[in-house]
Amino acid sequence: MKPYLTVLVAIITREALRFVHQRERFIAALVRPLVWLLVFAAGFRAALGLSIIAPYKTYITYETYIVPGLCGMIMLFNGMQSSLSLVYDREMGSMKLLLTSPLPRWWLLICKLLGATAISILQVYAFLIIAALFGIKMPVAGYVAVFPALLVAGVMLGALGLLLSSFIKQLENFAGVMNFVIFPMFFMSSALYPLWKMAESSEILYTICAINPFTHAIELIRFALYLQFNGMALLWTVLAGVVFTTAALWGYNPARSGIRRKG
Amino acid sequence: MNGLRVSNLSYQFGEKTALDNVGFSLKQGDFCALLGPNGAGKSTLFNLLTRLFVAGQGQINIAGHDLQKDPRAALATLGIVFQQTTLDLDLTVLQNLRYFAALHGISGRDRNRRIDRVLDRMQIADRAGEKARTLNGGHKRRTEIARVLLHDPKVLLLDEPTVGLDAAARQAITKHAHSLSDDGTTVLWATHLADEVCPDDRLIILHNSRVLADGHAKDICGKDTLENHFLRVTT
Repeated sequence: MKPYLTVLVAIITREALRFVHQRERFIAALVRPLVWLLVFAAGFRAALGLSIIAPYKTYITYETYIVPGLCGMIMLFNGMQSSLSLVYDREMGSMKLLLTSPLPRWWLLICKLLGATAISILQVYAFLIIAALFGIKMPVAGYVAVFPALLVAGVMLGALGLLLSSFIKQLENFAGVMNFVIFPMFFMSSALYPLWKMAESSEILYTICAINPFTHAIELIRFALYLQFNGMALLWTVLAGVVFTTAALWGYNPARSGIRRKG
Repeated sequence: MNGLRVSNLSYQFGEKTALDNVGFSLKQGDFCALLGPNGAGKSTLFNLLTRLFVAGQGQINIAGHDLQKDPRAALATLGIVFQQTTLDLDLTVLQNLRYFAALHGISGRDRNRRIDRVLDRMQIADRAGEKARTLNGGHKRRTEIARVLLHDPKVLLLDEPTVGLDAAARQAITKHAHSLSDDGTTVLWATHLADEVCPDDRLIILHNSRVLADGHAKDICGKDTLENHFLRVTT
């Protein structure tokens, strides 16, 4: 068991060191949701009336509503960012180093996934602290209760990134991920508006939003922040995570990658 | 058998044949140069030997382990220096070595002892705290070779490790690589430069996806120089 833990610690340490070296990435990861929270939400609070919906027990401000969505946004961007770094690793050759380790390939990729999730969680907590400083606070115990929810959501989104990286051959193709993955996932979710609002506009969009695993990841985080458990959200997030991870491991199967890639 | 045995290895990229029935056998402690022009199939062979690709046909046996049947045991005895540098440039030499040791499940005091040993062997102990980005090409390569020795591999693969180095660094790395087989390690050294091969070296010439010649360098080129012989048979 020891070699497995050794490699897990080493991969997480490497991800953390890389993250520390890229201060711009950390700042960008924080500025993005803060702009949404402090500018977008301020402008939108008047336009969007919110009724009392679970897990909230009273009327809430729009800023309070979108905090879990922005936590999800950080994790979504981070999942894609780690996918980008995997593609970069492959172009730079360090992926070869990883894949020629004698430890099982599935474990190496899971370590990568957990490393990326750890960085995501760190960023979310930094964001929650800043949001609290601006007066958008959650129940104190909620900050602890949200940890397992962040872990599950982070792994699911990281697995999606891992899956995409196994199919993207070059960094140049990555712009497409922004248009075809990040934006649709984010806007067709409950991050910015409750789903009943979406149902009022379009039944089809509502259905897509309700299927979107990102919606469930956000709801899992939202409920956990208010010390409530959302079993359905957990089930969907875990299910999506398992599907993405399995597909990603298949994507990194040497017998398959050999056919697709030269180099 | 502790060396490297490749038999009937073929590989295709779609319609294009990258390797055609390639076979050779290296004994423990052999130093073998794999000489071939660009596009001969050297990198494909290395990708197959490291299981980055899986061969459609043929067998690879590394230090007694069948790569297909027991990949983890085979990879544990294998050391690879890729053509392209695979150092993490933002990490120090020491951090790079620690990361690699962990990928092989080596940790704690054993790891530190091994790191000290390989740094001394490659004469880069004074560079341990420097970031890989600040090293010159020769020292980057030495760091990579030091790294690959950490887990005491029985078979070492070096894929054109002198590409992009100046003449002095190239000569130093070539000399180091030759000395690696002194302790019984089997070394396969891919290159497209004939002057990196010594007359007593075992030599395999790969051309157009096939093994063109296999023997000692001096026997293969006869009275001719290896450069001339190589040019004649591959153009």
